[in-house]
Amino acid sequence: MTEDVWSRLFSFEDYGALLGLVTNSLVAGAVLGLVGGLVGVFVMQRDMAFAVHGISELSFAGAAAALLVGADVVLGSVVGSVVAALLIGLLGTRARDRNSIIGVLMPFGLGLGVLFLALYPGRAANKFGLLTGQIVAVDDTRLGVMLALSAVVVAALVVVWRPLTFASVDPDVAAARGVPVRALSLVFMVLLGLAVAMAVQVVGALLVLSLLITPAAAASRVSASPIAVPVLSVTFAVTSAVGGILLALGGSVPISPYVTTISFVIYLVCLALGRRRTRRGWVRRA
Amino acid sequence: MSSPVPLELADAALAYGPRTVWSGLDLVVGRGEFLTVLGPNGSGKTSLLRAVLGTQPLSAGTLHVLGRPPRRGGRTVGYVPQQRLVDPVTPVRARDLVRMGIDGDRWGVGGRRHRARVDELLAAVGATAYADVPLGLLSGGEQQRVRIAQALGSDPALLLCDEPLLSLDLARQEEVVGLIDATRRRTGTAVVFVTHEINPVLPVTDRVLYLAPAGHAVGTPDEVLTTEHLSALYGTRVDVLRAQGRVVIVGGDEHAHHLEEEVA
Repeated sequence: MTEDVWSRLFSFEDYGALLGLVTNSLVAGAVLGLVGGLVGVFVMQRDMAFAVHGISELSFAGAAAALLVGADVVLGSVVGSVVAALLIGLLGTRARDRNSIIGVLMPFGLGLGVLFLALYPGRAANKFGLLTGQIVAVDDTRLGVMLALSAVVVAALVVVWRPLTFASVDPDVAAARGVPVRALSLVFMVLLGLAVAMAVQVVGALLVLSLLITPAAAASRVSASPIAVPVLSVTFAVTSAVGGILLALGGSVPISPYVTTISFVIYLVCLALGRRRTRRGWVRRA
Repeated sequence: MSSPVPLELADAALAYGPRTVWSGLDLVVGRGEFLTVLGPNGSGKTSLLRAVLGTQPLSAGTLHVLGRPPRRGGRTVGYVPQQRLVDPVTPVRARDLVRMGIDGDRWGVGGRRHRARVDELLAAVGATAYADVPLGLLSGGEQQRVRIAQALGSDPALLLCDEPLLSLDLARQEEVVGLIDATRRRTGTAVVFVTHEINPVLPVTDRVLYLAPAGHAVGTPDEVLTTEHLSALYGTRVDVLRAQGRVVIVGGDEHAHHLEEEVA
């Protein structure tokens, strides 16, 4: 019995042959790690973890709708998440408004998604994959779309990096210095929507947080440097995504438990290291 | 012709729709001057700061910063806000906040430039020891020191302080006021200091601008803070008591509160 479960979780028979089949997924995982790790830094600064979860549920609804009407699933999830991100950005300027709006949107999105999937006559694996991630679903076309989206998100983040950091960390002073705080907030919501839509393709809607939040949260436990935090966050996210895919390869369960477990373990280690550092006052004071 | 003054308002008025907050305001703040802005809630203290920052247009009159109309995001005005709770895990160190004061409004990621300038600004406010500590782990007084360094990053001619002493204990209040006073003497930066509590800044205040429901007054603390003067400004009896170099104003805020209720 125990051995049976073990072999379902980890099996490395014919590993070389399987590896060839998932090259696209590995590339997608690595790129997603890069995007998720960078976006996550700002999600942490802006305290928007709940928004990420809300957007991913609407992204799921969009993808399910696309599946039902036979449209492109990536396109469906991009539309769903960008609409959700803009709604949250426009209606919820203050944190309290934002949280209640997300709380209202999220179950609605999830409900729509469940409805569309129930109506969809196709294979159950397609349905389940949207929620919990799928490993071989990345064909060349889809990979191309994901690479293009990632390039857009990373390029835009590089352009707005400094003013967005200022506006996220210190909005009052940033506004006084003429930083377009509100416009940057909407730009960030669109970028976040795109990142979420990509993550839904690999880890599924329910577990997007494991690539968009956990790595950045772990990084900011051990450092506060504006260079080290994004670098660590990306490293953690890529490790979780690619490592998760490699481990999931031999097993017969979905990919997400592997990704989430790696990313959670990294977080626990960082939490312990950070506690020790905070107790010592972070740096030696003269 | 003399060089332009840090701040000049002439017959300035500010209104939100039909409600005029203040009007007929004539004020010149000279180089290195410390102006304290007092008044009850809703008397337009924060609106004045917004007007100077260029985010709130006047409804009448003129306002000039260094001889020019205010411009959103101008580098001639530094801004020190209230102390705010920062989450301990927000990944921003004291030195990063100061750096934002120098080039945080520019596009791109920025390189390693300005390091020497940041160190210099931190040293000037005595914050070198905790330059690399995350902001959320600093005490309120330490955070305000860092904020003053941040505001000085663009070499402003005018420093706007919006209740920077709020939620600090008395000893920290004294420290922060001393630091702002030393800064304006060293750099010649004029200071406009908004507060609801005069006593911490009384020893360093050159002049007071008192905004009240029935008008405003400008002058030295001794001229403005008198029973007759404030009673006239409020349109009712307000007592100004002095004891051991401190000033206590009795009646003003309560009355303003009633006024607002009547309007609403």
